[in-house]
Amino acid sequence: MMMKLGNLGLPEAGRYLARSTRALGQSLRLMVGLPDYDTYLSHMAATHPERAPMSYEAFFRERLEARYGAGKGRCC
Amino acid sequence: MHSIRRHLVWLVVAVVGAFALGTVALSRGESINALWVVTAAICVYLIAYRYYSLFIADKVLGLDGSRKTPAHRHNDGLDYVPTDKNVLFGHHFAAIAGAGPLVGPVLAAQMGYLPGLLWVLAGVVFAGAVQDFIILFISTRRDGRSLGDLVKQEMGVVPGMIALFGTFMIMIIILAVLALIVVKALAESPWGTFTVAATIPVAVFMGLYLRYIRPGRIGEVSVIGFVLLMAAIFGGQAVSQSPTWAPLFTFDGKALTWMLVGYGFVAASLPVWLLLAPRDYLSTFLKIGTIVALAIGIVFVMPTLQMPALTQFAQGNGPVWSGSLFPFLFITIACGAVSGFHALISSGTTPKMLDNEKHARFIGYGGMLAESFVAVMALVAASCIEPGIYFAMNSPAALVGSTPEAVAQVISGWGFAVTPDMLLQTAKDVGESTILGRAGGAPTLAVGMAHILHQAIGGPAMMAFWYHFAILFEALFILTAVDAGTRAGRFMLQDLMGSFVPALKRTDSLPANLFATALTVAAWGYFLYQGVVDPLGGINTLWPLFGISNQMLAAVALMLGVVVLFRMKRERYAWVAAAPAAWLLACTLTAGWQKIFSADPKVGFLAHAARYTEGLANGVLVAPAKTPEAMARIVFNDRLDAGLCALFMFVVLSVLVYSVKACLAARAANRPTVHETPYEPLAAVPAR
Repeated sequence: MMMKLGNLGLPEAGRYLARSTRALGQSLRLMVGLPDYDTYLSHMAATHPERAPMSYEAFFRERLEARYGAGKGRCC
Repeated sequence: MHSIRRHLVWLVVAVVGAFALGTVALSRGESINALWVVTAAICVYLIAYRYYSLFIADKVLGLDGSRKTPAHRHNDGLDYVPTDKNVLFGHHFAAIAGAGPLVGPVLAAQMGYLPGLLWVLAGVVFAGAVQDFIILFISTRRDGRSLGDLVKQEMGVVPGMIALFGTFMIMIIILAVLALIVVKALAESPWGTFTVAATIPVAVFMGLYLRYIRPGRIGEVSVIGFVLLMAAIFGGQAVSQSPTWAPLFTFDGKALTWMLVGYGFVAASLPVWLLLAPRDYLSTFLKIGTIVALAIGIVFVMPTLQMPALTQFAQGNGPVWSGSLFPFLFITIACGAVSGFHALISSGTTPKMLDNEKHARFIGYGGMLAESFVAVMALVAASCIEPGIYFAMNSPAALVGSTPEAVAQVISGWGFAVTPDMLLQTAKDVGESTILGRAGGAPTLAVGMAHILHQAIGGPAMMAFWYHFAILFEALFILTAVDAGTRAGRFMLQDLMGSFVPALKRTDSLPANLFATALTVAAWGYFLYQGVVDPLGGINTLWPLFGISNQMLAAVALMLGVVVLFRMKRERYAWVAAAPAAWLLACTLTAGWQKIFSADPKVGFLAHAARYTEGLANGVLVAPAKTPEAMARIVFNDRLDAGLCALFMFVVLSVLVYSVKACLAARAANRPTVHETPYEPLAAVPAR
């Protein structure tokens, strides 16, 4: 409560802006079928720590095929 | 006391909305400002969201915030990801907003702006948003299954197969009608053709960049792509003014049709990363940006509506599309009021990312309200240009002639004063040689958008730029839809044919893929070609078929909702889905019946065919056909369209029979019979 009162003003507004910008970026990427990479990383770290997560590039390719490849099979 | 105060602010919203709607509806003679329309729409949306969607969420469906959603149950960080509700809203909205809400209201404006506006508002509140919301809920409770699977699960295998086959046919018609819109916009327009053609190398460059130079940097490459697109618009202007280059990019409708068919085949066979994905980025971001820009433009410019509230064509017999207000208005405006295709999205990726079941209200119901607002803006854009120019652009040459003088005379005779000079000047303003005979919505909307946006940015000098920007934006996402739709159609077809010839099912076999792609392209290409050579403009034939099929899919989705409510033992609330389903059945079945059997050859396919068979029998040429072969082709196409209509009616009626049976069975049972995934509590994460 005290923190909240003390931080009112610019830093608070700045953080809010940063959060909104981040959400906007996430939303724009999700619009074209790319979920958040950081969320994927934290999911992998939390539930499958024994497996190495995909690199961003591999993650990007995997999602691209999943979005447009219509499920099974690869596209010719 | 407290509860009254809580509703007080909504009472104010209701009063403002009622006043705005009253102003819009009751103004006679004097033109009104578009802001009244926007205010009325927003107030209706707010009230509907606050009260009706809450009622559906709490009482009808009983959303349970403590229930585990598929995103949590199957969380894999990829397909199933619990997602912030605002972020997911953006995803869902981008997926449902397409060409539909932009085209239907423009075509409906021939009756005046009022009928279309009222249907968009009533339709979205009681049918469209309800459908999206309920299907999202149903799919979320069943691990994010698709509509076809849901129908199979809740009604049986046969109706599931029927619904799947119906969906394939609907997609063919949608692809044909979308491609027709592009053809109508680009015919004889070197500027537009160059700009749209330039998007192909731009997208390929982006694809290569994303694959090999800077993998996965979507934001960066989209900015580069956007800059290149803007350059392409200016390049198109240079091309259109160059005596050597302009003829190279000037094509008639038939030539463009063959190009589009060839393009569809090649694009659907290329790897997705090369062309489809990068162009999808461009079209998605451009779509969102343009929608926002148009909203800001309307509020900032405050255009006056030139179109009357009601025209004489509200009685029927309009030049853009024929038929009376009931049922044809309600199938002409599909997306924006209610669209069956959304059921496929609501049972697609969105339910797999829902963080909490309670968010279904905001994303399902709210998302559709946002799309409806896009339709309202399209209606405003089409209504703020001179009615005379609107009718000149959208009436077929067979009806009004093909020279500015003839067109101006006919249309002025209808009571919409317009001079040949006005028509030539408008064409010049937007950088085209002619604006006549450009039915299909996109060019009209582009003129309307140019009319609004040039007042905000750039002045008259920028009018031509804004026009081609709007054409580009529509063509871009239509081409993406054509490409993605052809792929989806191919998969469906391979699945369907695979039941008979197993070798065709193999999606890793190149010949099987090419064969199925060719069949899909040939199917929509056939209807596209038919539309392009149709002397009455093609939109006349294809748009009602699209509207009927799309609204029938919506009826199927709502009937699924009724069945699920019965199975949940919540049948006392089933009217929420049953009432809009009944209305859609009434509209689509009446429209389908009239399209087949109406004695008016302008409306009925068979009556139209009969006129030509009679001519053939008597050896007389019936205009506008010029040869007996052309007449025979018209007869064949009419019968084909009638058959397609009958097929759609069969699909929806059989689903109706199966859903009544399922409802009766559910009623007879003494406990809920739904097939939901069993309840599992969400880990202690409070609903946001």
